[in-house]
Amino acid sequence: MENTSEVFPSDPTWSEEGSSRVPFWAYTREDLYKRELERLFYKGHWCYVGLEVEVPEPGDFKRTVVGERSVIMTRSTDGEIHVVENVCKHRGMRFCREKHGKAKELLCPYHQWSYALNGDLQGVPFRRGVKREGKVNGGMPADFNPADHGLTKLKVARRNGVVFASFDHDVEPFEEFLGPTILSYFDRVFDGRKLVLLGYRRQRIPGNWKLMQENIKDPYHPGLLHTWFSTFGLWRADNQSELKMDAHKRHAAMISTRGQGGKVEEVVTGLDSFKETMTVNDKRLLDIVHEDWWGKPTAVMTTIFPSVIIQQQVNSVSTRHIQPNGHGSFDFVWTHFGFADDTPEMHQRRLIQANLFGPAGFVSADDGEVIEWSQEGFEQNPSQKTLVEMGGRDTEDSPHMVTETLIRGMYAYWRRVMGE
Amino acid sequence: MMDFGSYHDLLDLYASYAATVDSADWENWPEFFLDDGTYRLQPRENHDRGLPLCLLALESKAMIRDRVYGVKETMYHDPYYQRHIVGTPRVLSVRLEGRREIFEAEANYLVVRTKRDGVTEVFNAGYYRDVIVRTGEGLKFKSRLCVYDTEMIPNSLIYPI
Repeated sequence: MENTSEVFPSDPTWSEEGSSRVPFWAYTREDLYKRELERLFYKGHWCYVGLEVEVPEPGDFKRTVVGERSVIMTRSTDGEIHVVENVCKHRGMRFCREKHGKAKELLCPYHQWSYALNGDLQGVPFRRGVKREGKVNGGMPADFNPADHGLTKLKVARRNGVVFASFDHDVEPFEEFLGPTILSYFDRVFDGRKLVLLGYRRQRIPGNWKLMQENIKDPYHPGLLHTWFSTFGLWRADNQSELKMDAHKRHAAMISTRGQGGKVEEVVTGLDSFKETMTVNDKRLLDIVHEDWWGKPTAVMTTIFPSVIIQQQVNSVSTRHIQPNGHGSFDFVWTHFGFADDTPEMHQRRLIQANLFGPAGFVSADDGEVIEWSQEGFEQNPSQKTLVEMGGRDTEDSPHMVTETLIRGMYAYWRRVMGE
Repeated sequence: MMDFGSYHDLLDLYASYAATVDSADWENWPEFFLDDGTYRLQPRENHDRGLPLCLLALESKAMIRDRVYGVKETMYHDPYYQRHIVGTPRVLSVRLEGRREIFEAEANYLVVRTKRDGVTEVFNAGYYRDVIVRTGEGLKFKSRLCVYDTEMIPNSLIYPI
């Protein structure tokens, strides 16, 4: 029997079968969150770290995170890309403080231990002691072996200019991790073309990190919450759409082809967000030009569990990196890019369409807001449950978007891995 | 060198702009710009590295009007007050283009945000870098670039800086 009077159950269990009722405590418990870091971010999964174009030259580095662990992506002199944990093996300092830069080595300033760009320990001051008056003072013990004290190295996967890493060296190959279906949507954007970095946008969203995965596994909301999507038909229930998952149902692609928009009674009647007479004053905001590599769909939003979303919404492409910090907050880092063969017009078009996205975007600003409000609702009474039953209770792929199947699929996977 | 009358006009422009965006008078915000005027709000990391992406890149007065419509009608958000504290402008150049007087100026700004149930918090800190033209209707922005240090936006940014 559910005890509805108990707001903060002490040892809650997920009582129902299936994954269509998600307990609020799945978003509020710090112990569960730590287990998520262990099992989802640090073991058995590949996490996004960046684009190769962010470290184009030998010596370039970028500081980022895997889960909550600070890591550094470097390019060494042989052109290889390495990802190492940003924690000195001597006294545990997070020594790299710049977000990016160029360096010959990685140096911890405290006692000047230095590491090669691949993380190997190469310099320990006074390792053999200091000579004074014919006597050697101090020094490391004779059995100190620098080879044993390199920075923690992550396993690295590079595919067509994108870099993923894992603390788990037994993780399956990246291509198997994605599975053939999701890999094909990954390759649709990243087919080996040279990328051009356009820049970053960062926001701290006071909500559980899973809510952002869910937001991009939820095709039910965009045509309702987002006026620009409903009014201009960019993403709407009457669009031709498909929803696909990997075999584990952890990753997903939402595939949609833009409709004509306008007033189709069935999908816009009664919607506060639909603005029948709305037009844009500056048409460049919606100057959409079809690119050959899209194929038929005009938008594909791909969630790679647990750490990243790949956005292609018309001419705007980005990665969106989920960086959790506690059960109730995550940083969301957008890296917008283009392609080396973009015309100057396409370059400009991508920058203008970027106004729809990001922390101030005509479309995306709302997503951060609703995630904050969801978390507030969860925190005030974690004994309740969400109702994820649009389109049924199953977790199958779908030929339309009037369903929450992808969220259910993610929670079916989450329950298996988390043991809840 | 700028004469005192022009400097007074510049101070008045900055003060009026802040008063407009702090009083939720969104409809009047585009009126500070020329028809081909631009408004860009850019994280400092992109600006300093020469990366072109902005948080907002509104490329004309018409596009600025589109943002006003978004703020007023289409973007669901937690309502908040904002208040700008704008430093004394520093004039970088004064020149004539034909008979048009053009100034370049910059000023630091700090924006604090107060939500309905919250305490006041620092929301966005940065500087304006402006190109300003004297017109028959007073000084107007040819371009207003806001470069912000607060690269980590506290969730979302809705209203104009």
